[in-house]
Amino acid sequence: MTKSSGHIIINIQKCKGCELCIIECPQNGMALSSNINQNGYHYAYLAEDICTGCTNCALICPEAIIKVYRKKKSKILKQPVSTL
Amino acid sequence: MSISQEGIHCNYLNEMDLVWDRPDTFTDTTLHYCPGCGHSVINRLIMESVQELNIEEKTIGVAPVGCSVFAYHYMFIDMQEAAHGRASAVATGIKRILPDRIVFSYQGDGDLAAIGTAETIHTVNRGENILMLFINNGIYGMTGGQMSPTTLKGSITSTSPDGRDYNQHGYPLDITKIIAQMPGSAYVTRQSVDSANAVRKTKKAMMKSLKYQMDGGRGVCFIEIVSNCPSGWKMTPTESNEWLRNEIFNHYELGDIKQLPKLKTNEI
Repeated sequence: MTKSSGHIIINIQKCKGCELCIIECPQNGMALSSNINQNGYHYAYLAEDICTGCTNCALICPEAIIKVYRKKKSKILKQPVSTL
Repeated sequence: MSISQEGIHCNYLNEMDLVWDRPDTFTDTTLHYCPGCGHSVINRLIMESVQELNIEEKTIGVAPVGCSVFAYHYMFIDMQEAAHGRASAVATGIKRILPDRIVFSYQGDGDLAAIGTAETIHTVNRGENILMLFINNGIYGMTGGQMSPTTLKGSITSTSPDGRDYNQHGYPLDITKIIAQMPGSAYVTRQSVDSANAVRKTKKAMMKSLKYQMDGGRGVCFIEIVSNCPSGWKMTPTESNEWLRNEIFNHYELGDIKQLPKLKTNEI
C-alpha cells in the first residue's frame, strides 16, 4: 500500500457533526460515522486513506479539533555548481 | 494501517510534520456555539492571528453581549466584557489609557448595528486606533431568532413570520458602507467564513489590521464577517452556507470597501 502524503486526527468526542469538513474535503475522503460520541453527535472521521494534508477541513472546522499532518518534504541535495 | 469508524490509524505519523493544530491562545474549553456556527471559526481566527504575530501578552479583547458573550472563555488573552452594544466605547477607553496595547472589539449585528449604533458611529468618527470585528448573521441568535436591522427582504424570523417586508419593517442597515464613508476609518472590508478559502482571506484581513495597529496606524480597522446561523435560519450547517453564497452575498458583496492607507516611514 502506498503511503498517503497527509493525515488528520480528529478529537471525535468534541465533534458536533456539522458536516462542514466533509463538504470541504477536495478528496472526498471524509464521512460521518453511524456511531455517536459521548455528547450524542454523529462524528466525522477520515474514511479513506487519500488525505493530502491540505488543511481545508481544519480551517473550516468550527470546533478546531482537527490536527493535520503532512509528509516531510524530501530534501534534495544541491549539487555544487562547477565553475566553468 | 487499519480502518475503523474512529478513522484511519496511521502508523507512520512520526515521519510527518504537524502542519495545523489548535492555536495555544484558543483554550481547550468546549465551545457553546451550535454545530456549524461561524462564530467559533472567527473566535479561532482572531486567536490564530494574535499567536502568529506574537502579541498574546499585549492584546486586549472586548467581548460583546449576544451569542459570542463567552468569547473570554475561549480566548487566552486579556479580555473585558462590555455592556450591550458598548464594546467599541469600552475598547476606546482601554486604548486611550494603554496606547501600547493592541485592542480589538468583537460584536454581532444585534450589538453593533442595533443597540450600539451610536457608539459604533462615534468610535469611528473619533478615529480610534482599534480593530472592530462585526459578525453579521442577520438574526438575533441568542434570544430566539428575531429580526435584526441587517435581516434581508423576505427572511423568515420569529418576529417576521411572513418574511421581512420593507414597507412595514424598513430596510436592511448596511453599516459597513456607512463606516467606509467616514474619514475616521482606515480599513473597511467584508469577508465571510463559509469555505476554507474564505477563512484564509478573513485571516489575512485580520493579520493586516493587527499589523497596521502594531505599526502605529491611525484609524479604525473594521472587518465585517458575513456569517451563518443554522439554528436561527432553521437550516443545516451546509444548507446555511449555500444560502449565504446564493442569496446573502448578492446583497452583501464581499471584498475590500476601503483600502488600507500606506504608512509613511516617520509614522512608524
